[in-house]
Amino acid sequence: MDAILAAGAVGTGEAVTFWILAPLAVIGALAMVVARNAVHSALWLVLVMLCLGVFYIVQSGPFLGLAQIIVYTGAIMMLFLFVLMLVGRDASDSLIEVLRGQRLAAALLGIGFVGLAGTMTYRALGPTVAAGLTQANAGGNVQGIAGVLFTNYVFAFEATSALLIAAAVGAMLLAHIERGKDDKVGQLERVRARFAPGSYPGPKAGPGVYATSSSVATPGRLPDGGPSERTVPSILPRRELTEAEIAPKGTDER
Amino acid sequence: MQPGHYIVLAAVLFSIGAVGVLVRRNAIVLFMCIELMLNAANLALVTFSRINGTLDGQIMAFFVMVVAAAEVVIGLAIIMSIFRTRRSASVDDANLLKY
Repeated sequence: MDAILAAGAVGTGEAVTFWILAPLAVIGALAMVVARNAVHSALWLVLVMLCLGVFYIVQSGPFLGLAQIIVYTGAIMMLFLFVLMLVGRDASDSLIEVLRGQRLAAALLGIGFVGLAGTMTYRALGPTVAAGLTQANAGGNVQGIAGVLFTNYVFAFEATSALLIAAAVGAMLLAHIERGKDDKVGQLERVRARFAPGSYPGPKAGPGVYATSSSVATPGRLPDGGPSERTVPSILPRRELTEAEIAPKGTDER
Repeated sequence: MQPGHYIVLAAVLFSIGAVGVLVRRNAIVLFMCIELMLNAANLALVTFSRINGTLDGQIMAFFVMVVAAAEVVIGLAIIMSIFRTRRSASVDDANLLKY
């Protein structure tokens, strides 16, 4: 077992894992691109990231695999979903192409890129015998990563802290809304605005009640016979009487 | 199966992410496609680390994760502030610089 791992060869278990999870990851990625609803896209991406986390663990990187699951699927994707709920959850993409033939061209480009990069790297790496991480992970994967991170890459690690602080401050700056003291509306201003010319202080008139319809979505009539916008709630779809409803029902002739 | 298969999978995922960036209009979905591309690059880095027998590739992937986290925070904040001013998360609607 150790000899096989030392050579970095792929065992049967790893091959089985790969051939199950790799199609799942590709399906998840395709579904993420195709899904109309943004929330569905996010959930498909979670599937892809979980598959990738398993791949990291299988390739003797357990720390990175668990960090992938915790940081990506746990934190970043939840942040995505949080923002999706704040921002237009129902805003699904329109099917109209803005540039004609753009989707076809993009798909062709994607297939071409897969062919190019895939065959090139596979031909270059196909016969390569992997060295394997047994020696590097001898004292444990976390200890190995710490050993390299805090010696060779310690400056990059320090720079990362600056990056994270800048990101936190930037996010606060972008998401913060400044409300000055003057923007606060007091009682006096509210009352003045309510009784100012142009605004009607009393309660609004109710919706129309007719023999044919008493729905709250049916607007009441003004003295000139036209419908009044103010009688129906603005969130309701406006309902006008149809021709059949307006037409005499024949009850008079009896 | 060989470690090269992981690289091919990474290339496939990267291309799907790139196509998504080209095709989609919703800024948040576009952002998710960028995340997918970063993840594909991470998979390639981890595989390189295994092929070379050193942990440097894993460290690179670790740094990519950190940068991606910072990028997501800033990007989502930008998307939210655009949404606040334009009431839309579609990239087609943010066209003020065009004219």
